Amino acid sequence: MASENVKALTDADFGESVKKGVVLVDFWATWCAPCRRIAPIVDQLADEYSGRATVAKVDIDANPMTPSKFMVRGIPTLLLFKDGELKETVVGLANKDDLAKMIDKHL
Amino acid sequence: MSERPVIIIGSGPAGLTAALYAARANLTPLVIEGIEAGGQLMLTTMVENWPGYRDGIMGPDLMTELRAQAARFGAEIIQGDVSSVDLSKRPFTVTMGQTQYLAQTVIVATGASAKWLDLGVDKKLSGRGVSTCATCDGFFFKGRPVAVIGGGDTAMEEAIYLSKLATSVTVVHRRDSLRASKVMQDKAMSMPNVSFIWNTEVVDIKDLDKGVVTSLVLKNTQTGVSSELAVDGVFIGIGHVPNTALFKGQLALHDNGYLKTHEGSRTSVAGVFAAGDVQDHIYRQAVTAAGSGCMAAIDAERFLSGTLHQAAAAHV
Repeated sequence: MASENVKALTDADFGESVKKGVVLVDFWATWCAPCRRIAPIVDQLADEYSGRATVAKVDIDANPMTPSKFMVRGIPTLLLFKDGELKETVVGLANKDDLAKMIDKHL
Repeated sequence: MSERPVIIIGSGPAGLTAALYAARANLTPLVIEGIEAGGQLMLTTMVENWPGYRDGIMGPDLMTELRAQAARFGAEIIQGDVSSVDLSKRPFTVTMGQTQYLAQTVIVATGASAKWLDLGVDKKLSGRGVSTCATCDGFFFKGRPVAVIGGGDTAMEEAIYLSKLATSVTVVHRRDSLRASKVMQDKAMSMPNVSFIWNTEVVDIKDLDKGVVTSLVLKNTQTGVSSELAVDGVFIGIGHVPNTALFKGQLALHDNGYLKTHEGSRTSVAGVFAAGDVQDHIYRQAVTAAGSGCMAAIDAERFLSGTLHQAAAAHV
């Protein structure tokens, strides 16, 4: 089950949504097998960091502008924003501990 | 901390087949999936050489079935990545983050992962135009020119898949003939927008300053002449490296990095067995991985019941 704490972002509200605080964004698509592997980790992070950091997703099929703007040319890609500024880029698979450490660094 | 009869590390065809057999032998196996859960087949499209599917089956679907089949007989499959193992004494210790598991036997089925070019720049531009997975990243190159590096089945599959999306696919291969199976070669060569550059190596990928791929710098291995190929994407299909980092210094490896096995699936440590691509640098097929997973489970079962030695002796 997808976590309710993961916010689905769109091209329309992306800029506004990453403006404040620490926001981890998972770029994904339904047809991307590795994305399905990282999804449960993203869900767990969303639950564990609820209230401290925002965890969000962008479906790249429905929202092509945002990945293009950030030059995302492979998925899964995770971008971490702090107060609107891009701080970290993780391409491909990653384990939960490393991602948690990365979020902690910016909190 | 409870002790398990069998812990299986890895969840590709080898790991899950081992889990299926171990579960059916009532060994309640614990499978730790690993970061690349499902293995290499998760990154493929149609698998046409898995016996029993005359029209082929999608790689991810096959792995979903295999996982469910192992789970049906009681295999416990957990997400996560093993961080370290201690194989110096039994029970063996398998550590995953903060969690430790004890096991009487371990089946290593950690597989192999895509090999990179060793240029440094290829990893830096990963997700910025460099990819090892056409089915994951091909989407971003609709209507753009791309290159595929390599001459084996992986490279051909990538070229065929990309030919449906990209304007052109240029296969760059360092030899003058392909190692790929005839079926895959013919398929790739029949695509009107797939072309080949032979005897050529990639020496650089541009443009690190811009942070995206703009071209490849190539060098002909015969003439030494350099050239540049403008592409937006480059897909690397030059083979795989076995995932043996966890076992260095604990299990014997071949010079090429693959795990050494003998008398079936036995490794250099009694009670530790290996299956699939992590120990197979010759066949590397889904079906041979599955077959060796079955062998490892049977070997582990016999080891546990103390009959491994008798069984081996009976065959001498």
